[in-house]
Amino acid sequence: MMEVLFYIASIIALSATGLALSRSNATHALIYLIVSLLAVAVVFFLLGAPFAAALEILIYAGAIMVLFVFVIMMLNLGAEGDARERASLNPRNWILPGIMAALLFVELLFALSHTSDSISGVAVDPKTVGLALFGPYVLAVEIASMLLLAGLVGAYHLGRRFLVREGEDG
Amino acid sequence: MGGLTVPLEHVLLLASLLFSLGLLGLMLRRNIIFMLMSLEVMLNAAALAFVAAGANWGQADGQIVFLIILSVAAAEVAVGLGLVLQIQRRFKTLDMDRANRLRG
Repeated sequence: MMEVLFYIASIIALSATGLALSRSNATHALIYLIVSLLAVAVVFFLLGAPFAAALEILIYAGAIMVLFVFVIMMLNLGAEGDARERASLNPRNWILPGIMAALLFVELLFALSHTSDSISGVAVDPKTVGLALFGPYVLAVEIASMLLLAGLVGAYHLGRRFLVREGEDG
Repeated sequence: MGGLTVPLEHVLLLASLLFSLGLLGLMLRRNIIFMLMSLEVMLNAAALAFVAAGANWGQADGQIVFLIILSVAAAEVAVGLGLVLQIQRRFKTLDMDRANRLRG
């Protein structure tokens, strides 16, 4: 039963990702991307990582995608942006990226062809994760917090509305 | 929970398919918003591989690396979307083929 759920969630994740990256409308693509992230969260849950699944929904599908929504709304791309995207998606443009991505996938398949393990599906509960996070991995927590602080400062600096004043262009 | 017995290979196959799709999107699209979305897909695929490996051995380490990837993705998106706003303001386009000069 769990196996069937896993394969259904995988198919939903793959098809939603493919649809998201081939839409011309950014908002539609974003909604497909949210579906894909939710499907990956289901996969996390089935793999026995409920904490990772909750964080995937809260932070990826929640916070990060809301950032995208706000930026798309602020940019107000409209119909002409839509038309330009549709023009850039003609089949001729697909050939070279498709070949390269397929080659990379074949290489990954070749690298994976020697694993023969099977996942037990025993859940690693959040308590274990938290104990490991603030035990041996406390330096990683510090680095992540520094990274988020740097991201905050950088986003504030870039997002200021009047970064360039009227007289001094460029 | 606890009854899943899929081969690790299948989960890693899903992760590599998602990664390849993200790479395809990154190379295919010219709009910087779609490029950022493709980067998100690729980071998510890498995180899926880590969580799968952590689940394979029943250890918490995979989920901890997932947390690190999550914070990297959040910081990257915050800075990237700030850059998107600046690019739109300066070049009046999001097309990376037309806005490829760093000085406006």
